[in-house]
Amino acid sequence: MADRQYELVYILPPDATEQQVAELQTQIEEVVARLHGAIASTDNWGRKRLAYEIARHKEGFYVLQTINGSGELMKELDRRLKVMDIVIRQMIVRVDEDKKVVDTVQTRRRSNSERRRVKRGLPPQRQPGEGRAAGEPDDQDDDRFEVGEV
Amino acid sequence: MPFGQGRSGGGGGRGRAGDKKAGDKEKGQRRTLFRRRKVCKFCADKIDDINYKDVKLIGPFVPERGKILPRRISGTCAKHQRKLQTAIKRARQIALIPYVTE
Repeated sequence: MADRQYELVYILPPDATEQQVAELQTQIEEVVARLHGAIASTDNWGRKRLAYEIARHKEGFYVLQTINGSGELMKELDRRLKVMDIVIRQMIVRVDEDKKVVDTVQTRRRSNSERRRVKRGLPPQRQPGEGRAAGEPDDQDDDRFEVGEV
Repeated sequence: MPFGQGRSGGGGGRGRAGDKKAGDKEKGQRRTLFRRRKVCKFCADKIDDINYKDVKLIGPFVPERGKILPRRISGTCAKHQRKLQTAIKRARQIALIPYVTE
């Protein structure tokens, strides 16, 4: 049950000190460890412009963490982050189920194409120089978005 | 929205040439020039994962005003429009995309 995967994104104000950031990090790790979770990866996106002002900030420091754990853990983490003043925005999204779906779709597509290629007497993988090159668009005048009536 | 309007503006390009009357020639020609059939971008490019973090992918579906581009204009299929919708809403929450812009 505990092997659900979640993504946690939080935004810190750009004027946060290193010490504050480190403190927050250890607090998160603590909560995760206490409720038998594991941080799979941490990704700093760095300073980004916010699309709208949050608490009078126009820029924010984004951090994305992938966490394996239970729903209770994420609930607790969300609650903790909400209380902290230094976090100006946070979001938790469950990702394992979506990932699984994407994986199955992709493997199915690959195996189907390989099967069809073999049936046509071709090697299962696409050969270099075959078909259209990857960067070449199939349509020059793309009028997909003719925003006329909104 | 009246139904007829949607047809002329939307992707109903197919089968329209068939009901062209002889006396209606110039009108019919105008119609055939009108617009070609729209395809779902995600189906065509085989994008399975519409992720809220990928602003570059979602961006074209959020016009200046900040609204979600409707299916009848973008041509996105129902399945992918649903996924796009959640992705846009998530991206809005973490301020990657605006809710509204004046």
